[in-house]
Amino acid sequence: MNPPSTSQESQTGHGTGVFVGLPSFPVAARESTRDGQLRANLRHATHTIRAKRAVAIGELSDWGELRAAGAAIKDHTLAHLDHYLQQLEQAVTAAGGHVHWAADADEANRIVTDLVHATGETEVVKVKSMATQEIGLNEALAAQGIRAYETDLAELIVQLGDDRPSHILVPAIHKNRAEIRDIFRTQMAAWGRPAPQGLSDEPAALAEAARLHLRQKFLHTKVGISGANFMVADTGTLVVLESEGNGRMCLTLPETLISVVGIEKIVPTFRDLEVFLQTLPRSSTAERMNPYTTMWTGTTDGDGPKTFHLVLLDNGRTDTLADTVGRQALRCIRCSACLNVCPVYERAGGHAYGSAYPGPIGAILTPQLRGTATELDASLPYASSLCGACYDVCPVAIDIPDILVHLRQRVVQGGPVTQAGQRVTIKPARGHTTEHAAIRASRYAMGRPAAWAAAQRLATGTRKLHPRSLPIRTAKAWTDTRTLPQVPDQTFRQWWKQHTKNTNPDPGSTTPGGAR
Amino acid sequence: MRVALFLTCVNDLLFPDTGRAVVRLLERLGVEVDFPMAQSCCGQPHYNTGYRHETEPLVRGMAAAFAGYDYVVTPSGSCVAMVRDNYPRVAARARAEGRPDGRLDRAAETLVPRTYELTEFLVDVLGVTDVGAYFPYAVTYHPSCHGLRMLGLKDRPLKLLSAVEGIELRELPGAEECCGFGGTFAVKNSDVSAAMGQDKVRNALDTGAGVLCGADNSCLMHIEGIVRHEHAPLHTLHLAEILASTREQPYRPPVSEAKIR
Amino acid sequence: MTNTTGSSSRAEILRRVRQALGTTTATAAPTPEDIARDVPRDYATTHATRTPLQTADLLAEHLADYRAHVHRTDAAGLAATIARLLTERGSRTAVVPAGLPGDWLTDARALDVDVVTDHPGLTPVELDAVDSVVTGCALAIAETGTIVLDASPDQGRRALTLVPDHHICVIRPEQIVESLPQALPRLTPTRPQTWISGPSATSDIELDRVEGVHGPRTLEVVMVASDAQVTDFPG
Repeated sequence: MNPPSTSQESQTGHGTGVFVGLPSFPVAARESTRDGQLRANLRHATHTIRAKRAVAIGELSDWGELRAAGAAIKDHTLAHLDHYLQQLEQAVTAAGGHVHWAADADEANRIVTDLVHATGETEVVKVKSMATQEIGLNEALAAQGIRAYETDLAELIVQLGDDRPSHILVPAIHKNRAEIRDIFRTQMAAWGRPAPQGLSDEPAALAEAARLHLRQKFLHTKVGISGANFMVADTGTLVVLESEGNGRMCLTLPETLISVVGIEKIVPTFRDLEVFLQTLPRSSTAERMNPYTTMWTGTTDGDGPKTFHLVLLDNGRTDTLADTVGRQALRCIRCSACLNVCPVYERAGGHAYGSAYPGPIGAILTPQLRGTATELDASLPYASSLCGACYDVCPVAIDIPDILVHLRQRVVQGGPVTQAGQRVTIKPARGHTTEHAAIRASRYAMGRPAAWAAAQRLATGTRKLHPRSLPIRTAKAWTDTRTLPQVPDQTFRQWWKQHTKNTNPDPGSTTPGGAR
Repeated sequence: MRVALFLTCVNDLLFPDTGRAVVRLLERLGVEVDFPMAQSCCGQPHYNTGYRHETEPLVRGMAAAFAGYDYVVTPSGSCVAMVRDNYPRVAARARAEGRPDGRLDRAAETLVPRTYELTEFLVDVLGVTDVGAYFPYAVTYHPSCHGLRMLGLKDRPLKLLSAVEGIELRELPGAEECCGFGGTFAVKNSDVSAAMGQDKVRNALDTGAGVLCGADNSCLMHIEGIVRHEHAPLHTLHLAEILASTREQPYRPPVSEAKIR
Repeated sequence: MTNTTGSSSRAEILRRVRQALGTTTATAAPTPEDIARDVPRDYATTHATRTPLQTADLLAEHLADYRAHVHRTDAAGLAATIARLLTERGSRTAVVPAGLPGDWLTDARALDVDVVTDHPGLTPVELDAVDSVVTGCALAIAETGTIVLDASPDQGRRALTLVPDHHICVIRPEQIVESLPQALPRLTPTRPQTWISGPSATSDIELDRVEGVHGPRTLEVVMVASDAQVTDFPG
């Protein structure tokens, strides 16, 4: 267990090799904003899906009601999470499944590794899963001699390209078709069946290449690993939505299925799916319904895997639940609509967010799951202009801007938080001392009309001395790309005094009776 | 009807012309407008950067400065959004931290229902969309995010603008995308911020309009900074200055007239 | 470092949840009334009022939107339609679940198609060598263009409709519902389910939709008209 901590010490168990030592968001984003190809790929992809989503949502006259119901179902579940977890466990067990509990990433990885070892297999097929990315399962399995084959097309592209995912729905969104073709041509042979001769960059041809490459693996691999979109507490049913059929393959053909699922993925009843199966596909792929959804409950004789393991994952979720403002983030159904509308994501790209969860949702989820101890994690709540487009499209109405600001408070003010189940008080993050002093000074001046007016007079009185660009770091961040505004020769309040003198000889009227 | 102008700290210091335009416009519409000298800042820069505790004195100060007025009108959607969305939060979260403060509660209770963004005040309270303005230029309108999404200003600004005599409104491509200002975001993430602003400027230039109009000078300051850095042929202007402009007292551009045509 | 075994992590996670919710004891099991109070369900049960024929038309339209091939016939024309589709596809082998109504394949059996009835010994590799699969379904949802399979005898185990590249699925008129809220009460949650909305597809390349990846790349849906609709859709 982590000892109770009084400072922002790094937490163990939450991070994994994949996302360690990455630069802060602004530093990473600086690179990506200058990558013309990346910018063009992201712009094309996000704008395409944005428009389609709007059409798909527009078909539902009751979108607002579905959104409210979805948020309420999630809030209700979270408010009774201990009950629903136990109910789920009971139902899955009764249906022939085995339930495991993992407090953090290391424990989940260890459980899965042991389960695979117990089968005697050294290869597994995987359905795209955010939870296993979050815990770095593939790397953990590789360290124990187990090779995990990603079977989702985009995950395959990422895996073959020795790359990192950059989008929740479309992990290879940063690659265009020509780049994908090149990866297939050069890398497929090292992982199995090589790419067909003369492979073109037509998406249909690339999809065909993936089909051929993975077919034998689906037919012969004995262990499948997945996540889940939903777990129904009262029936023990797990639900996976997908498009390509790789999910069905992994969930149906192997003899053993291991599903690693975050504890917040529960819904109370089967009926609740009528909400999310309407909102998730339309928000995610902008379809009325995704091509394939698989639902299974424990094991079924003669149909699908003979053995089913469910690994329930905490890994910072209960810490998030402990924050009454931030817990809304646990409503997330991983649709990625917020990424697709985010102007910051569009320009910074997903890698800059340094976790499995990029975009606005990542900016609020990662600092809660992992804490704000690293420079990267402390920079994430600032990776937003607070434009609010993410909140508008969120199908479970997560007020992302509010949580961003709330987490900024955690970074600069510190305060009580829960880390690995322990209540601790964290100090303000380093590097904000000057900013805090400036904020305090401005608040002091602004809180005193005379001081504020004097500060303003100072600004206008020295205007001729103001340069057009500034050398110091913060100011330089503005003036590298933007000319500073010119300070006028007179503030408004100076003009107002003259104006009221001219129009009303009695200036005492600027405050109505009893106002002070 | 006692109407107070809450100009905002940015406008007071950097954009007094907008304040003068609001006063002229409201007085022309028969509204007696007052400027309480005790006002300073709504606290949004502090709050949005994470300094909620430092915001609290400013919230109390706002309530004191604007006590007794029927309406508080401001030419900044962003500052209204601060009052409407965040003042109740400042009060509630102080309470949740075991520091209940009746003055914060009352500030939220009394300011929220009385505080109006300028176009809301014109359309919803005064019930006018044609304010008798004259502005013979091609204009494209950028709806700032907080007005657009937090306040839901919808088509109010465009209704007001399209009633202006002589104006030629041109639709801004990607209008609803953020310009990239975002307060301290503009310096903390200056590369992304500038990239967003550059795209906004490009979209505005594509319309061929000489004037990019908005209802939030903070956003316009950022956009104008890019325009001037890139020497782009575009002039940014607050909507109030267009609405204040009349045939008798037309808007006098600080740049040469030819440049904004 | 957490060195707990699964069972002590269970206790620890439940403790953390309760601590986060501000309690030290287990929260009470919510009653259906609690859920009803917490969750407003004023969303629509359906999004329009339609006749059964209009609903069938909508289903056909939405299935076709996502590149399923839709064929409409009546009960008398069903066997001929299935046979025609197998012929057009050039299928030499077809697999069917054990409970598929025998008369659906009368015409197909007369052709040069080797029809195999599924049995537990049939491996995925063997299924991969089969050209087509013919099944019924549990129900179909018009608003989303979705077919639901629930492993009933006329649909068989999940692998059956997954491995072969060509799936012919028959929908009977009484199986069509309008919407998700109408569909769920008719399903048994604990049966293995596969929901299918068009053939397999991907949007992973530039977020552009392409049909045909790992699942059956061709989905043919045969909608059987009710007797009342036969005049509109002669077989």
